[in-house]
Amino acid sequence: MEGVQGFIYPNELELQWSVLIVLYPFITGLVAGAFILASLERVFNVRAVKPTYRLALLTALAFLIVAPLPLQLHLGHPERSFSMYLTPHTQSAMAMFGFVYLWYLTVVLLLEIWLDYRKEIVEFWKASTGPKRWLYAALALGVDNIDAASLRVDDRLGRAVTIIGIPSAFLLHGYVGFIFGSLKANPWWSTPLMPVVFLFSAIVSGIALVMLLYIVLTWLRRHRIDMVCVDTIAQYLLYALIIDFSLEMLDLIHRLYEADESLKALDFMVRTRLWTSQVIVQIISGTVVPIVLLGLLQLGPLITSTGRSVLARAIRGLWEFRLPIYVLAGTLTMIGIFAMRWNVVIGGQLFSKSFLGYTVYKMQFATREGLLPAVVLMVLPFVILWVLVRLLPPWDQEETEPATRPARAH
Amino acid sequence: MGRRWGSSRHLVRLAALFGVAVLAFLVVRWALMPEGFGVYGHYRAGALDDNRARPVRHAGQAACVECHTDVAEARAGGRHQRLSCEGCHGPLASHASDPGSSSGSRPDPRKTCLRCHEQNRSRPSGLPQIVVADHADEGPCTACHQPHQPGLS
Amino acid sequence: MESGRRAFLEQGARLLVLSMPAALAWEHILAGTPEAADNYDTAAHWWGFAIDIEQCIGCGLCVRACKDENDVPLEPFTFRTWVERYVIDPDDPDHPMVESPNGGYDGFADIPSSDRKVKTFFVPKLCNHCSSSPCVQVCPVGATFDSPDGVVLVDKQRCLGCRYCVQACPYGTRYIDPRTHVVDKCTLCYHRITRGLTTACCEVCPTGARMLGDLKNPNDPIHEFLRSRKVHVLKPQMATHSKAYYAGLDGSVR
Repeated sequence: MEGVQGFIYPNELELQWSVLIVLYPFITGLVAGAFILASLERVFNVRAVKPTYRLALLTALAFLIVAPLPLQLHLGHPERSFSMYLTPHTQSAMAMFGFVYLWYLTVVLLLEIWLDYRKEIVEFWKASTGPKRWLYAALALGVDNIDAASLRVDDRLGRAVTIIGIPSAFLLHGYVGFIFGSLKANPWWSTPLMPVVFLFSAIVSGIALVMLLYIVLTWLRRHRIDMVCVDTIAQYLLYALIIDFSLEMLDLIHRLYEADESLKALDFMVRTRLWTSQVIVQIISGTVVPIVLLGLLQLGPLITSTGRSVLARAIRGLWEFRLPIYVLAGTLTMIGIFAMRWNVVIGGQLFSKSFLGYTVYKMQFATREGLLPAVVLMVLPFVILWVLVRLLPPWDQEETEPATRPARAH
Repeated sequence: MGRRWGSSRHLVRLAALFGVAVLAFLVVRWALMPEGFGVYGHYRAGALDDNRARPVRHAGQAACVECHTDVAEARAGGRHQRLSCEGCHGPLASHASDPGSSSGSRPDPRKTCLRCHEQNRSRPSGLPQIVVADHADEGPCTACHQPHQPGLS
Repeated sequence: MESGRRAFLEQGARLLVLSMPAALAWEHILAGTPEAADNYDTAAHWWGFAIDIEQCIGCGLCVRACKDENDVPLEPFTFRTWVERYVIDPDDPDHPMVESPNGGYDGFADIPSSDRKVKTFFVPKLCNHCSSSPCVQVCPVGATFDSPDGVVLVDKQRCLGCRYCVQACPYGTRYIDPRTHVVDKCTLCYHRITRGLTTACCEVCPTGARMLGDLKNPNDPIHEFLRSRKVHVLKPQMATHSKAYYAGLDGSVR
């Protein structure tokens, strides 16, 4: 059989989980990461990132809406998927995830967006005509109290929701990691680190996404980019990248050291079938290069005022040029995190559970689980985000509260 | 008190909406719950019956022997006496239930035998095996061997 | 002729006694309504399976019989049961050569002759019907389950085709039926064993390498098998409590 190397169990010829199942943790990761960034401002009072607060929430919503779609396309019988809510098997991580998703969508995300936007929703309601008026009226639930007392209630409740939302976001994406990490049959997946690794790579990708969206959308709107905001986000991105990288290296070192029965097979797989996607795209270009770029930039503010050496001048130059570098680092990061999902999901199925052989993933193009639907599903959240941004503009706040303190390296 | 409730009117409405949604879900769940679910465990009891209701395709030796007593006699004492009839003749439940409607297939007089008796070093010892080139290059095995009593005839 | 007739009667009596429930159920089978045979009590049985590696000749009749009995697709190569062949060079025991051409459906070719004396044998594989089965654990909707008599079955009406159970099985015994898009696997011929017949693979096995066993029946030969042979299960470290017991299983078998 073509592409098969060594011995695989006969039923292992074709992969069970396709690129759509790679997409699914990528999308939910973006949701969790974007939400964590939003909660930085709301709960931890990092004022600098306020310009991205509402954008992050809308981004999370747009991606969360799309998140079940790759799963539905993948299922043999999507029309039966509601059974997960009718007869959930409490021992199954996949079943319980249906409830975690529902909880996060309604009680955390929708509620927080609603509470934060309620004033504008009511104002738009009163100011619109035609179908838009009905839409905003429905969003407001037909209640129009936006006096100071009501808004105070909203603010307090919203803060509580965000506080609950942080562990909920951890649960949302940690659970996806647990879905893989709890399978003892697969040594590439089975590790208690999996939920943590997934979570931190989610945070990394979400922060990178919101940063990129903010830069691109603000530039498209021909507004001034709040560099203090972007510098702060980039700092958090760097911290998250460092933690993510440490966790991945910990997993790798642990595997190499323990050298259990699966190591030889996995090592061979990485060296041959996953070399490009894991070592080049995920580790080097997706993690190390962004860490170096962002790390160097952290030195910028320190060196700005002093030093005439070549190194100091180089770093000062880098600092002036930092916006494109942020875009580059953010893009490489997002590609790297996608590669990480690919390496986990596809990589975990390329080797045989006999540890004696390997198969190949034959991704097709225009089939139900092919590349084309995957691309469409990646584009769709941006379309939804565009609609959300039109309905509920996230922009007003930066006009009224510009951050003025320069960002400092911590 | 009235003022406080006034500030939270929207929350009350939201809570009511949520309550309605939960109720609707419970009703849908009650309506769609599969029958017999949870009787033996976290599964639909009818699945046991579904799995039992599949058609039987191999009759089993007892069914063959019921009618083909002559073959059973012929095999007695021979080295093939315990072999399943359907191992060589294929699944025969439809023939056993209605002998007139279908009859078993005559096994290939060479391939069928070689499946077990062609030399294969991975087999445990004790099974008579032949190297085809040395033994009988071509032609049916039945030229010299009677499958129901495989000693040389 | 006398001894022949006696042997025949003995054999017939043995078959009849062992297949009493089969005889009772046979009318229904003949009538074409096998599901009406209702003298089966799930609480009276606990099914297991015994495989004697030292008897398996790699003929592949079990693979063929299973596909015939259970309507398993011939392509794209899905198997409820299959046979593997191991060839182990004693100087390189960590790298066994293993193959399973079309699951063993057409038997195996002879190994190439050489001066080296290698260790070689066949290993039939099937669903182990684990009593702590990881596939049952992960199914989100309860579409795969442990029957009260110890057989892991699939509810094809409720399976979503999410494939989580296929990922969770350490033995690679599950697959998605490309025609129905739900999961399928060895059912221990549940439709047969609940009528006193044996599984299709055991029925056709010429050497008795495969044996269905009822662990709750004190007279079942599987008890003597487990007592007298050195018995092993596949991947015991996974603690799946597999009920497919192998005698003569070499340590190199994956």
